[in-house]
Amino acid sequence: MSTTTPFALLANAASFPWAEIPAWPAAEFVRATANELNRGARLCAWFGVRDQGQTRLVAVLAFDSDNALAVGRSTPFAGGYPSLTVTHPQAHLFEREVWEQHGLVPGGHPWLKPVRRANENGNAPANGEFFRVAGGEVHEVAVGPVHAGVIEPGHFRFQCAGEEVLHLEIALGYQHRGVEEALIGGPHRATMSQMETVAGDTTIAHATAHAAVMEALAGTEAPLRAQWLRAMALELERLANHTGDMGALAGDVAFLPAMSACGKIRGDFLNLTAMICGNRFGRGLVRPFGCRHDLEPERAAQLMMRLKTALADTRQAVAWFWDAASVRTRFENTGTVFPAQAAEIGLVGPAARACGIVRDVRYDHPAGWHRFGQAPVAVWPGGDIFARAKVRSLEIQRSGEYLLEQMPLAPEGPCSLEPLPPAPDTLAVALVEGWRGEVCHVAVTDSVGRFRRYKIIDPSFHNWMGLSLALRGAAISDFPICNKSFNLSYCGFDL
Amino acid sequence: MFAIDTLIHRLKRGCQTMDYPAGPAPALPDRHGGALRVDASKCADECRACLPVCPTQAISRPAGKPMQLDLGRCIFCAACVETCPAKAITQTGDHRMSVLRREDLLLGEPEHETVRLAHALDGKLRKLFGRSLRLRVVSAGGCAACEADTNVLGTIGWDLGRFGIQFVASPRHADGLLITGPVTRNMELALKKTYDAVPAPKIVIAVGACAIAGGPFVGHPQVHNGAGSLVPVNLFIPGCPPHPLTILDGLLRLLGRLEKNSTGNVPVQKPG
Repeated sequence: MSTTTPFALLANAASFPWAEIPAWPAAEFVRATANELNRGARLCAWFGVRDQGQTRLVAVLAFDSDNALAVGRSTPFAGGYPSLTVTHPQAHLFEREVWEQHGLVPGGHPWLKPVRRANENGNAPANGEFFRVAGGEVHEVAVGPVHAGVIEPGHFRFQCAGEEVLHLEIALGYQHRGVEEALIGGPHRATMSQMETVAGDTTIAHATAHAAVMEALAGTEAPLRAQWLRAMALELERLANHTGDMGALAGDVAFLPAMSACGKIRGDFLNLTAMICGNRFGRGLVRPFGCRHDLEPERAAQLMMRLKTALADTRQAVAWFWDAASVRTRFENTGTVFPAQAAEIGLVGPAARACGIVRDVRYDHPAGWHRFGQAPVAVWPGGDIFARAKVRSLEIQRSGEYLLEQMPLAPEGPCSLEPLPPAPDTLAVALVEGWRGEVCHVAVTDSVGRFRRYKIIDPSFHNWMGLSLALRGAAISDFPICNKSFNLSYCGFDL
Repeated sequence: MFAIDTLIHRLKRGCQTMDYPAGPAPALPDRHGGALRVDASKCADECRACLPVCPTQAISRPAGKPMQLDLGRCIFCAACVETCPAKAITQTGDHRMSVLRREDLLLGEPEHETVRLAHALDGKLRKLFGRSLRLRVVSAGGCAACEADTNVLGTIGWDLGRFGIQFVASPRHADGLLITGPVTRNMELALKKTYDAVPAPKIVIAVGACAIAGGPFVGHPQVHNGAGSLVPVNLFIPGCPPHPLTILDGLLRLLGRLEKNSTGNVPVQKPG
């Protein structure tokens, strides 16, 4: 399909001259994008780039089955354009974001309201009006921003008839730290640290995406050994978070043995990352053009030993979990997202794979070490909490096997290169399969090679809508486990 | 497998809670480095090599004055340690670094080479909270790492409950707040409301470089550069994120639960 696209084709972690990307007037560009989406492409990114006092729209599409990415853009314009959301709901939040950042009005957008900007007092997000269900029996439940646990803030507004949730609207923006705005004119001194904290539990994935963008802009790659190490750290990150999620899911259905065990083992996986770089979340490891620490053979051997113990512990804890009928019945047919819905709203990561969709950057758009060592994709049909938990436990197993298989294959050589300057007037895209799903970074440089625009899309940006849909018709008391089964990032969304 | 097997497995695993603080503290990962020690007298005249490598502008050296490193802003990347030609900045491997006053995190001058560690709450507060402290956690722009390493203290390995410390689901049930994140402007109202809802007397604990001084986001117009400008902070726990051991040390130190063995307890480092 991708071979006949009018969009510019490129591979993952590659760059393309900005001036040579095909451009259309806005309305035609929206139509062209819709055409590609109809032919099986998926919207990875949709954002504005300021140009001569006006704005260009840019679309990054993924042809997953063709292993290709495609980029197109509009000519600079101001005012309005026909909304893409009307026919392709996966554009819904992207268009709201562009409206908020650039004032471009998507004509016909069904739910145009702020994403993260502050209210007129500057002390809370401007949430706008919430969708309301009318009727004598209907009541509204408001939850957050501060939640009843050690967790990030966000606001949930439920429309309920008794226990049943008719509609859930999720209002975020509380975590907005101005990451993208600060990147203009960058990279700056703090840029790498900010990349590592875009979503702090996804440090390796975001740092790797940023490093890949910098390397693509410079027309080079990190040394193979660094690519290997990044891939190892990425799987350790996945193991830690998935194990933590299994524990949290067990906790939410009061299955305490698995909760206690997984909570502890999660820490064991984090400590393995800390063995490599000193930090449990992998900060300070990935840098553009390499890695700041090496994993020497002796250290790698120790890591392997501890990894095997942790994997065996996980296997046992997860077996308790699946063996308990009380756990299984609680998860089956709860919080279902149907495959058609998942495709329509552009779900990514384990949430998409739990709807039977084969979608994994490591498999569809392999870059870095994943070109040489492939991880199998874990898919489960059903779309319910059971499926989301099942995909996680399959991925724990497969990430573990992947690490045991790939760890001894460390290529010889240096761990980093001398940094090279980024090319001017160039666009670069990098996708990385983080533990929540597709992390997408896009950079556009100016005439001296500084960031003219830097767009970050955390998988949560695609997936929060999935949680809303999962709650439709569910009991409000199921919200905690539904939420846990997605476990999305607030700060990764709010940036 | 039957339920009885689950129980047997569970029994076989035994007690997994660490001995600390009765026994020795677990070692920090060898590449962590621990708290920094800064001896500004070693700096060459007007040397500023470490200033531009610090991502969070934690190091300053006004003309004619000694260099100063603010451990509150530090994200422990060790770029300055690697850069310093005079070895004026060194890693101590010490997990202990919580302080009561913001200025106790400023390092460099003679007798201020290391942090001035927190001591216990005095009199009435210690009597009230020393054996039972309930905290409400507010993440205000936190990236989920400080949250995760605070949360981990509740797991079986650390078992925070044995010290009478617990995270609660309502500010009305709390003795104080534990704040993470640089405090985004969009969380200003929520943080103030939560603080006001905690009954007095109350304490505030700032966990992580962001909550102390804005961390990597210092200076962004969208954030407040830490909790201190909005609420009075009683305990600062540095790190990005602080190691769980550092957080636990800070909490126990504040409650006076560590004094008997709070000296000479720096763990010996082993690789891994």
